Amino acid sequence: MKRLTEEKITHLHGAGGAVMEKLLLEHILPKFSLRRAGPIGLDELDDGAVVDLPPGKLVVTTDSHVVKPLFFPGGDIGKLAVTGTVNDLVVMGARPLALTLALVVEEGFPIADLEQILASAASVLSELGVPLVTGDTKVMGKGELDGLVINTTGIGIAENPVSDGGLRVGDYLVVTGPVGDHGMAILAARNELPVETPIQSDVAPLWPALERALTTGGITAMKDPTRGGLAAALNEMARKSRVGIEVWEEKIPVRPEVQGLCELLGFSPYELACEGRAVIGVAPEKLEEVLAALRAHPLTAEAQVIGQAIPEYPGKVILRTAVGGRRFLEMPIGDPVPRIC
Amino acid sequence: MAEIFQLRDPLLARRFRELLWRWAPNRPVRIVHVCGTHEITIAQHGLRSLLPENVEVLEGPGCPVCVTSTQDLDCALRIAEKGAILCTFGDMTRVPGSRMTLEEARAEGADVRVVLSAADAVEIALRNPQKPVVFFAVGFETTAPGTAAVLANRPPENFFVLVSHKLIPPALGALLSTPPVSIDAFLAPGHVSTVIGAGAYREISEKFRVPIVVAGFEPLDILYALSLALRQLREGRAEVENAYPRAVTEEGNLRAKELFREVFQVGPAIWRGIGEIPDSGFYLREEFAKHDAKREFGVEGKMGEEKPPGCRCAEVLMAKAFPTDCPLYGKVCTPMTPVGPCMVGSEGACNIWYRYSGRPRL
Repeated sequence: MKRLTEEKITHLHGAGGAVMEKLLLEHILPKFSLRRAGPIGLDELDDGAVVDLPPGKLVVTTDSHVVKPLFFPGGDIGKLAVTGTVNDLVVMGARPLALTLALVVEEGFPIADLEQILASAASVLSELGVPLVTGDTKVMGKGELDGLVINTTGIGIAENPVSDGGLRVGDYLVVTGPVGDHGMAILAARNELPVETPIQSDVAPLWPALERALTTGGITAMKDPTRGGLAAALNEMARKSRVGIEVWEEKIPVRPEVQGLCELLGFSPYELACEGRAVIGVAPEKLEEVLAALRAHPLTAEAQVIGQAIPEYPGKVILRTAVGGRRFLEMPIGDPVPRIC
Repeated sequence: MAEIFQLRDPLLARRFRELLWRWAPNRPVRIVHVCGTHEITIAQHGLRSLLPENVEVLEGPGCPVCVTSTQDLDCALRIAEKGAILCTFGDMTRVPGSRMTLEEARAEGADVRVVLSAADAVEIALRNPQKPVVFFAVGFETTAPGTAAVLANRPPENFFVLVSHKLIPPALGALLSTPPVSIDAFLAPGHVSTVIGAGAYREISEKFRVPIVVAGFEPLDILYALSLALRQLREGRAEVENAYPRAVTEEGNLRAKELFREVFQVGPAIWRGIGEIPDSGFYLREEFAKHDAKREFGVEGKMGEEKPPGCRCAEVLMAKAFPTDCPLYGKVCTPMTPVGPCMVGSEGACNIWYRYSGRPRL
């Protein structure tokens, strides 16, 4: 008979003793093929990691992930936790150098699920060639949290860091692919839709697709449209850059199935989260070069120019609608779909 | 879906825009619609920016949640406090009565449930035979057939209805007879008109000499309807025109209208912000009195309106003010912290303006 501690997470798994060590050594560490970025890494199970720094500026980001459900079409919380942090580094213009991962697990959580989640986190990192250098595991009592929370912290190196406030009047706004897939996929996974849909989350790390575009020097501002979607990202960019932004509705890529469900549900696709897209400000003289670099990679092959920074209405986003009307695209009030990332 | 996108065709939209500019009379024009869904289309697609400067479009009393009187809300609250399961539409739970909202009553222990239809409330009654279940029936001629249908279908003994259904044509008449009147034409709501038919507006159009155009809900539907209204004004005509013939007939839905006659009688009703309008409300016929929640629970709301200080919802509902004319709009009154009913209801003009644009005429 299998013992309870081999099937489900118990408080012993977070107690720092032999049971926890067994969990780490047998179930967690082996998933990750790259485990160091310097003399001390994951294998040492030390109090921290020591990382060799290449030249450039260090970029740090952190994010806690609480998606519900933990498994959704196109991914799971493991893939999301790693991707989210990698993408935050990428939109800062940084090459991801190393990640940390901290688990907070509810007592009774199936170890097989945890393994599957960590395996998918690990496969994203090994494809990117980014090591996991340190981590942490805590267990909370039954009912004290909903399954699993994953925090990831990432460091990256940027020669020329990109902020989300660097837009200048005349810069073009580019979105790297259709918007709203992740938010709609999560809704579908929660069985909150009146119809079945094949929509998959777009969760994917952006580094391989954006690496070349970053070397053009034409990127003036960048943001990943996660919570609050495209509308929140554009509003933040306009506000911080102190410029207006005009976007053209007919140019914004939205999959027909996402658009159709939005019509049905009264949602705006511009407010739904993406997890594998970037909104990029591009200097006009570099536009062709940046687009060519993006379109050369399958993840960003559908990149589109959707608008331009304008001198009027600084801090605001204006949407020119398909029928030729103009209105402000406001900052979303809340997220139409909570707990998405 | 493809059909919907045709109704957003940019080239056709440009041609309608030309017609709007050509037909607009050379004087200030106010066109009033009475439908939250129209307002959403107008705001979402930025249609006001396509109109000539002198043409204004306002939402009147088009949000059923917004026009429900404090009196009826207070009745619902009292019924919920008396231990019934109170079922109603989502937005209704957030509208303030004179003491509190239904949501607040729920927090204090009342059993208030959100349903999508009258039939859902009947389901709840069947599942809880030992408890009285009350459906707080709000809405215009669009939701009233659902209420009538469940009553006509012999609902269980423990099912009651607090009827607060309101009728659109008398409201149009009231707006035109409350001075100062500055309404040049109406867009009639497409959904209501599928039920009552375009013919239902003829009397008002003739009596007040006002053009009334039945409009659909896609951007081109609205632009088409506006252009017909402007053409009537330019040519000095005042008629009912149907710009939504793919859904609306002259007579409307005969089965629904028959159900109305079977279940309801017409009487005066209080509209929040407007006051009493004769013949604008539905009441249960004597045959259905045993399902009348007011009678069962002995509740009658107290007359008179509680109005939050500074709130201009009344003028917004009367189509005498834009949401942005209100000093509270967007400052203390937002969808997160609504003060007046027009900010609570998702079909309320203030709520829609806040969500879609803030200042729709860009």
